[in-house]
Amino acid sequence: MGRFLAGRVLATIPVMGVVATIVFLLLRLAPGDPAAILAGDAASPEHIAEIRARLGLDQPILVQFAEWIGRLLHGDLGTSIISNQPVTTLIGQRLEPTLALATTTILFAVIVAVPLGVLSAWRHGTWIDRGVMTLSVLGFSIPVFVLGYLWIFAVAMQLQWLPVQGYVSFRQGFWPFLERLILPTLTLSVIYIALIARITRASVLEVLGEDYIRTAHAKGVGERAVLTHHALRNAAVPIVSVIGIGIALLISGVVITESVFNLPGLGRLTVDAVLARDYPVIQGVILLFSAAYILINLAVDVSYTIFDPRIRY
Amino acid sequence: MLRIFGTPLRTVGAFFVLAASLLSLDETAAAQDKKVLRVVMHSGLRITDPIITTAYIARNHGYMIYDTLFATDENFDIKPQMVKDYSVSDDKLTYTFTLRDGLKFHDGAPATSADCIASIQRWGKRDGMGQKLMDFTKELTAVDDKTFKLVLKEPYGLVLASLGKPSSNVPFIMPKRMADTPADKNVSEEIGSGPFRFVAAEFQPGLKVVYEKNPDYVPRTEPPSWMAGGKIVKLDRVEWINITDYQTAVNALINGEIDYIEQPPHDFIPVMKKSKDVQLVDYNKLGFSGMLRMNWLYPPFDNVKARQAVMLAVNQQDYLDAQIGNPDYQMLCPAMFVCGTPNETDAGAPKQNLEKARELLKESGYDGKPIVMMQPTDLAIVAPLAPVTAQALRAIGFNVDMQSMDWQTLVGRRAKMDPPAQGGWNIFHTTWVNADMMNPLANVGVNARGKTGGWFGWPEDAQIEKLRDAYARELDPAKQKNIAAEVQKRAYELVTYYPTGQYTSPIAARANVKGILSGPAPVFWNIEKQ
Repeated sequence: MGRFLAGRVLATIPVMGVVATIVFLLLRLAPGDPAAILAGDAASPEHIAEIRARLGLDQPILVQFAEWIGRLLHGDLGTSIISNQPVTTLIGQRLEPTLALATTTILFAVIVAVPLGVLSAWRHGTWIDRGVMTLSVLGFSIPVFVLGYLWIFAVAMQLQWLPVQGYVSFRQGFWPFLERLILPTLTLSVIYIALIARITRASVLEVLGEDYIRTAHAKGVGERAVLTHHALRNAAVPIVSVIGIGIALLISGVVITESVFNLPGLGRLTVDAVLARDYPVIQGVILLFSAAYILINLAVDVSYTIFDPRIRY
Repeated sequence: MLRIFGTPLRTVGAFFVLAASLLSLDETAAAQDKKVLRVVMHSGLRITDPIITTAYIARNHGYMIYDTLFATDENFDIKPQMVKDYSVSDDKLTYTFTLRDGLKFHDGAPATSADCIASIQRWGKRDGMGQKLMDFTKELTAVDDKTFKLVLKEPYGLVLASLGKPSSNVPFIMPKRMADTPADKNVSEEIGSGPFRFVAAEFQPGLKVVYEKNPDYVPRTEPPSWMAGGKIVKLDRVEWINITDYQTAVNALINGEIDYIEQPPHDFIPVMKKSKDVQLVDYNKLGFSGMLRMNWLYPPFDNVKARQAVMLAVNQQDYLDAQIGNPDYQMLCPAMFVCGTPNETDAGAPKQNLEKARELLKESGYDGKPIVMMQPTDLAIVAPLAPVTAQALRAIGFNVDMQSMDWQTLVGRRAKMDPPAQGGWNIFHTTWVNADMMNPLANVGVNARGKTGGWFGWPEDAQIEKLRDAYARELDPAKQKNIAAEVQKRAYELVTYYPTGQYTSPIAARANVKGILSGPAPVFWNIEKQ
């Protein structure tokens, strides 16, 4: 296991290198000029050229790439062209809301979806199963922004139970923190509930047909114990995989939900940086997302050994 | 032990004490909340240096933390602001300025002549009017800590108008160490002498900016008027919160989570009018204008007849209906230097004439090659302009290739002087704050310096430049107005640009927000929450 982990961690280095190179080159090929954005609407072409030279954007791409990689190897993600702030500071400001929303969403989704999926499999073919699957299709189909605005209209505007927008750090109080996350969590978790419930249902349904389940029933094991200890545990591997992908997707930002509820997360940072052609910020966040994907996949792989002892690395 | 309904008196007492404390806490919180204004500006603040960029959000930030030597009032008169008094020599060549007493930067240092000189020089490298002023300036020297002189090479009519210009780039006064920063590099501090202080610890670029009242600020005694007069701060704190989704911002305003939206889209005005808790304040009566700009470097618009054909094919009503769609906030205006200003005139203004437009297009020798029109889809106020132009041009025989893109791609691409088929362009549209368009020097649309100092599209005409120069030298406002009219006539004749109409955009605020001042930029002094 130790060798496996060390190997996987070391393998992230070339992967990150490839990601860094591709991102750098794609950004330089994309249209747009951060110097023109920085200078503003009334700036003259001469002023834009001066700024471009000061930022080093008039240098050959290879020179710019070498400089960026050099700084990266020293752990420096660079400074935002637009706001003049270190990229690490900008990411640091946006990390907490993203992690908070990802955590509440995935927790809520798992708590709701896994029992629903198991229930659906257990009552396969009944109205319960059909009801859960119908809701699951609905969950997949309804656009996040529609659901978000509906929640805001009903809960925030009409009932006035929760605020419309914003984020408050947990350091400023647990309830102010939580009350601003409830609607985004309810909005965003719907799609994950739908996904996890369907995967859970399919996995559990497959396992329920296995001989050892029949044996457990024959031995007189209770229905609940069969479902939780025998069926769900053996069906866990694909469910955990989907949850892992969900976490990775949530960490890399959920732009629409963040915009609708005005959450200052990494998704909005990425979109703002792309729109402003803020190369260092885009490169920094994409490297972070790549690292997050790799580490979450590693964690998922390791978790397989817990759910299925037959898996060994 | 005494009991009330079976509950010990001590417990009942404790309950009331707790309730009273909570109530008083609530009252304290409410009182504190009345001193905090939560604002959604038109954009998030990312670039904080109002000299390096002409972006209006940086200008607005500048008005919060910096002060100016002079300022424009609502009658377009230039009034002293940091300056206590000034004198002009009989030969009109030497201006002597003396600063007011008690002016201090936020770090406690006094504002001095050296700071003013360095700030003017840095601004003079960037701003169009500033560059012109510097061209006429022989020297700028300190007499003492509070007095400095500007000596001209020859009389110049726009000295005070330049130092008191209300919009981008505004000549804000910074400490000398900041103003010594190269003019193409962002300043690294946020220290001014203005009515608010920047709270650096709470700054999140693009998300949130916090300003607090500057207790050391010494306001002028005159009543506030536009950017001039006494800047009396009645709030403890102003928070600019960037909400990118306007539906969310409007919901938050109606719900009382924010107090003020600088520029809500016109589509939301009917919804906000229905809420008794929301008021709409038409603060910027001069408003904004749209602009259709053609590229003079390549066919067909290197030919004046093709440009005139475009001008005669379009009309402002169509643009305004598509862009604003609300007669209360839109106005037909042929004046390039803005309706409602001293330079307003209809000299040379065109009238739509499709027959004549077709004739001119034919005479121009247009060969039917597609013209590249850039359309920014992510700016709601600019996006509708290109389809209106495209439809009008197709109607007279142009082959239009309308290319949709985001605004930042357009901004990068419009700077390219390459042929349209090789990444260049033929037409783009934009909008302006009208305070930036009020005279022939400030209005980049009539800059006719071509590829050497001209604005995108690069019109070139010696006659216009001669007239702009004459405007700058003229000291008599009445004669300046006549020259401005000549500039406009010539600009329409050559079609340096076409103004697509004037419009205003109100501030939406909670009904308890009082004292919002009118002006070309939103300011936060004089505002209070009741």
